[in-house]
Amino acid sequence: MRLDEFFVTGEPLIYAGMVSIALVTSAALFLLTYFKKWGWLWREWLTTVDHKKIGIMYILAALAMLFRGGVDALMMRVQLAFPDMNFLDAQHYDEIFTTHGTVMIIFMAMPFLIGLMNIIVPLQIGARDFAFPYVNALSFWSFMFGAMLFNISFVIGGSPDAGWTSYTPLAGAAMSPGPGQNFYLLGLQLSGIGTLATGINLMVTILKMRAPGMKLFQMPIFTWSTLVTCFIIVFAFPILTVALALMTIDRIFGSQFFTLTGEGLPMMWANLFWMWGHPEVYIVILPAFGIFSEVIATFAKKRLFGYNAMVWSMILIAGLSFLVWVHHFFTMGAGAFVNSVFSISTMLIAVPTGVKIFNWLATLYKAKIKFSVAMMWALAFIPSFVIGGVTGVMLGMAAADYQFHNSYFLVAHFHYVLIAGTVFACFAGLVFWYPKMFGHKLNERLGKWSFWFFVIGFHVCFFPQYFLGLDGMPRRIFITNIAEWLPLNIISTVGAFGMGAGFAIFVFNIYYSYRYSEREKTGDSWDGRTLEWATPTPVPYYNFATVPYVDKYDAFLAMKEKGETTYDEERLEPIHMPSYTGQPFIMMGFLFIASFALVFEWIPLAILGLAGGLIMMIVRSFDYDEGYYVEVDEIKRIERKARGL
Amino acid sequence: MSAHELKTGPLEYRTQEGQMSIMGFWIFLAAEIVLFSTLFATYAVLFGRTVDAPTPGHLFEPGIVLVMTFLLLTSSFTCGIAVHQMRKGSVKALIIWMVITLALGAGFLGFEIYEFVHYVHEGATMQSSAFWSAFFTLTGTHGLHVTLGIGWAVLLLIQIAKRGLTPVTSRKMFIISLYWHFLDVVWIFIFTSVYLIGMVV
Repeated sequence: MRLDEFFVTGEPLIYAGMVSIALVTSAALFLLTYFKKWGWLWREWLTTVDHKKIGIMYILAALAMLFRGGVDALMMRVQLAFPDMNFLDAQHYDEIFTTHGTVMIIFMAMPFLIGLMNIIVPLQIGARDFAFPYVNALSFWSFMFGAMLFNISFVIGGSPDAGWTSYTPLAGAAMSPGPGQNFYLLGLQLSGIGTLATGINLMVTILKMRAPGMKLFQMPIFTWSTLVTCFIIVFAFPILTVALALMTIDRIFGSQFFTLTGEGLPMMWANLFWMWGHPEVYIVILPAFGIFSEVIATFAKKRLFGYNAMVWSMILIAGLSFLVWVHHFFTMGAGAFVNSVFSISTMLIAVPTGVKIFNWLATLYKAKIKFSVAMMWALAFIPSFVIGGVTGVMLGMAAADYQFHNSYFLVAHFHYVLIAGTVFACFAGLVFWYPKMFGHKLNERLGKWSFWFFVIGFHVCFFPQYFLGLDGMPRRIFITNIAEWLPLNIISTVGAFGMGAGFAIFVFNIYYSYRYSEREKTGDSWDGRTLEWATPTPVPYYNFATVPYVDKYDAFLAMKEKGETTYDEERLEPIHMPSYTGQPFIMMGFLFIASFALVFEWIPLAILGLAGGLIMMIVRSFDYDEGYYVEVDEIKRIERKARGL
Repeated sequence: MSAHELKTGPLEYRTQEGQMSIMGFWIFLAAEIVLFSTLFATYAVLFGRTVDAPTPGHLFEPGIVLVMTFLLLTSSFTCGIAVHQMRKGSVKALIIWMVITLALGAGFLGFEIYEFVHYVHEGATMQSSAFWSAFFTLTGTHGLHVTLGIGWAVLLLIQIAKRGLTPVTSRKMFIISLYWHFLDVVWIFIFTSVYLIGMVV
């Protein structure tokens, strides 16, 4: 392979990308060396098994991915703003809408939410870490290396260009030769390992490590949403694993699953993809529901209305999510009966979702609402998400879908649910739990600016797209030379830049608050209701000096009434903690090498990388490290300092 | 996490780590069921799509598959005995029965490889048609699981020989026995829905 085939050449935007990658990387290397931080980086972060640190790394990575996916989005909107634009050519446009979708779903939404789950779920249930801290680190590094593998594709080898759904036969070897599509397959495969492992890990954590006394139906609602999400992960992700593997075998080893030759069935890819893909959208929306429920209850200062109904509606949504996948391709022509069944199951999902909406409204009813930034995101979510949901029901009507299919109406719909649902929740959750993570709040004034820019920008961007769709604008086109579309496309692009400004202010706020925000003195930043607020801030690495007994929903509220804390000197005992280890990082590094080699179909190097991964597993098998104990004196010292005793 | 150890009950369940690992592995097996279900579904959808390659009815023979089935089912039984010996605290008997289990598993693998080579010689390859792609992927994934299981169990037997039965080693042993029985269950489905149906259609 020649060097100019290895690197992507001939595109000024990509050269700029290469230069900025080189600059940022060398700046990071320089800073780490100059401030002698390499040891710190390795000891404190790359080898950590602490769920709070892993969660922070997840969120930082997700914010970086949000930036990358957002830049993709802005480039697309620039290209679409005016007729006959020459900003991007067809190939580049295809690559960008593919990476935008993939990055936003797989490398932004999921890791952001998993990052919040990492930090918050053990704290909410009174646990000292995950059930399997080592596996948790493994999950993070598999996600991180998978994301890196996918993201380097735009400078090395070329990005995938068959859409985030990668339908065959377009994505097959015959029509998409070269490494691009392989980056998609292996990047997702590598990070998928981590997602499945996290699903199992969190499920066991929630089922086995709850504070004494805490029943399932006394768990905080965010923890419930995590548990239900984990069920979906465990039952949906293996389908993706298989689908990706089959297409990889097709492309690299010449099998005939999805090909047009050898009696392969290209539409089977669509089935397998959406059998995972539809549950996947609930994987990113249910935790969002959980976050909004926590935020709304906290800032309405009321117990969440209809807690049981909230839980059961999530369980119902999770079950139904596996029964609707055909609605993504009604136009495949499966026949009236099949389409009717999936049409009805699709519309059924609106019922439990509606229950949730009414419960949130009922929680707000007659409440003294505190309009903090986190609450504003939650309040903006409700009407925006309803618009997305109602248009979803419209799309769910199979007969009507023949008109909406593949148009901007659909694009508007899923951005309304994914942004108003998931992205708003990521912001709400980050703002809400930020003091628990970093010891200070985000500035509220800047937060409101970023909120208004983002939310108004969002509606300005996507509301016109419904009408563009009704005017017949298909998705995935890069030239918009029809006069009727012009005004709406310009408006939409303006809105996109509004969202970009909102995100920029949000990121600036992180820096600004780090410099100027008041440090938290107590652990209870918002007059919280659940156990994460019972810990001091910053949270000691063992989380709870003494684990409280829980016999009520809103456990911390009950503790505050009784004047209890998570520090009872009488009951202190040595705490068992897992040791940090570099093994997960190294293991996933080897699998990264193997995946990278497979992308370019360098089989010997791939085998070497795989062997390295296997050797690391063997090392792990013979590793009998049993962790260490934190002594009582050490706990006393830490707690007294944190609590100012 | 607590390091409190119970004084009664099976060794592998006495620590909370042990209980959590076993539960985690059960959930992992649920994910494995989904994985194999997807492969079975793919196989079913692509059934009969052989193009010019030989049909399964032409190639599948009851003899060799019955031997493979016999080997794997017996290995599941001996694996059960091994765990029984573990519960009785006999390291030596545990290792002997596990070695028998692994030998049976290796025999199974040998026949499977022989079978694959035979099919390829007859012109039924991964590349020849959608049906054979699905066949080799489904049975190959099972075979790969058996291979990994053998390697994993060997590592574990070394640890048990070195360390004896502790809550950790017995937990690992119990988990691998779950894995081994699971592979047996999958094979029963492969035997019936792939080979038996393939022979008569």
